Amino acid sequence: MRILCTDTEGKERELLATNEWTVMEIIREGGLPILAQCGGSCACATCHVYVDPAWKDKLPEPNEEEVGMLDGAFEVTENSRLSCQIIFNEELDGLKVTLAPGSV
Amino acid sequence: MNAEVIKTDAVIVGAGPVGLFAVFELGLNDIKCHLVDILDRPGGQCAELYPEKPIYDIPAIPSCTGAELTERLLEQGKPFNPTFHFGQMVESLEKTPEGKWRLTTDRGTVFESTIVVIAAGGGSFVPKRPPIKGIEAYENKSVFYAVRKMEQFRGKRLVIAGGGDSALDWTINLQPIASHITLVHRRDEFRAAPDSVSKMRALVAEGKMDLKIANLSTLNGADGQLASVTLKEDGKDAYDMPCDNLLAFYGLTMKLGPVANFGAELQDNLLPVNTADFETNLPGVFAIGDINTYPGKMKLILSGFHEAALMAKKAFAMVHPDRRYRFQYTTSSSDLQDKLGVSDAA
Ligand SMILES: Cc1cc2nc3c(=O)[nH]c(=O)nc-3n(C[C@H](O)[C@H](O)[C@H](O)COP(=O)(O)OP(=O)(O)OC[C@H]3O[C@@H](n4cnc5c(N)ncnc54)[C@H](O)[C@@H]3O)c2cc1C
Ligand code: FES
Repeated sequence: MRILCTDTEGKERELLATNEWTVMEIIREGGLPILAQCGGSCACATCHVYVDPAWKDKLPEPNEEEVGMLDGAFEVTENSRLSCQIIFNEELDGLKVTLAPGSV
Repeated sequence: MNAEVIKTDAVIVGAGPVGLFAVFELGLNDIKCHLVDILDRPGGQCAELYPEKPIYDIPAIPSCTGAELTERLLEQGKPFNPTFHFGQMVESLEKTPEGKWRLTTDRGTVFESTIVVIAAGGGSFVPKRPPIKGIEAYENKSVFYAVRKMEQFRGKRLVIAGGGDSALDWTINLQPIASHITLVHRRDEFRAAPDSVSKMRALVAEGKMDLKIANLSTLNGADGQLASVTLKEDGKDAYDMPCDNLLAFYGLTMKLGPVANFGAELQDNLLPVNTADFETNLPGVFAIGDINTYPGKMKLILSGFHEAALMAKKAFAMVHPDRRYRFQYTTSSSDLQDKLGVSDAA
């Protein structure tokens, strides 16, 4: 299984994905720079990604904590998510995300 | 700057929960402490990042908020009368010819101490900088992340960005003196005190300020002076908002900062310690709490508390080399109870 992650220079990378890992961990383990300063505790907003619109509805809705924490992110759009709050499973095989400014 | 040297047994760098508990453990061992923190109040991450949120894994306290934990730790350390130095960053650490540790802060305070406890957590708190191209050139000229002197903004056209308490408080406080204020936030909901939100909404309704639901996109100006900021709403065209100053409040982030230059060994921006006494590779310099690393380390408050107790035992040997360490319980030792000022209550 894998996810596709576009870096801030627009280059798409294929990353090996593991069940029950967060997308933030998959990106970090894949060697892409992602700040993720709080280590995944939904407390820093430096793991902000844009989810490809085609995939957006396949993800569970963000909870209130995540939406609130996104206030501390930059250039937030309707596709914005905190990647540490997305838990990977086989239905997300092929998920496409793009690193947002301020998270690298 | 007045370089009167403060001589003490111990300086604790960082007044987060772990630094605060170190006051207690050192106090039981007759070690007098000074604490320094760049923040203007104690509590570290608990006070700054989650004061209202409950913590459920403090032993014997089923639930308490970050603010409550801070308060309780302050109360617990009170008998030892620690001295706090807030709003100051410890910038350097060096050994004196007499074998003491000299610490200097960015405000010119100088300490000479027998031991040093680095409880710097994830580092010092600094404001988040918006990732806008060229923003550095405007910083502290026309773009600010904090308000030092309100007067500076009298008669100015301000754009204030953010949706938390800082953004709202400064919007309300600066509104009477600024010539115009535009508050910019990404959504029409605010995570701030409800009272501030209603005040802000009232000002908007009275036409005394503007609220724009948008993202900051570019800064326009020259030589550090803003002329306007470009705002962009999701899915709509960008537009320019003329202004003299931008105040951006996107919260705080932690940067290791000067601790990196203290001369202690670093590993992935953390200080390796041995788990017998939590000393770094520099004798007499300890590291406890989130800042340290060792095999099996967990960044939990309770780990930091344990680390503080073991650190204090070694610190005792260094501060009182002529005295013999005695292991005692606070329940049964009248000596410890005297120190805590509770002997009569028994
Ligand atoms: C949202 C969130 C929830 C959490 N929930 C829990 C939980 O439920 N249970 C749990 O056990 N842990 C929890 N944690 C982790 C916990 O908060 C940390 O483990 C704890 O704060 C670490 O304490 P500390 O004293 O080591 O460092 P910190 O709390 O980070 O404090 C360090 C202090 O040092 C200061 N400092 C650093 N460098 C300098 C310098 N050079 N000069 C002056 N000052 C300096 C900083 O300004 C800061 O105030 C949570 C963390 C977050 C973000
Ligand atoms: S890593 Fe900090 S919010 Fe996701």
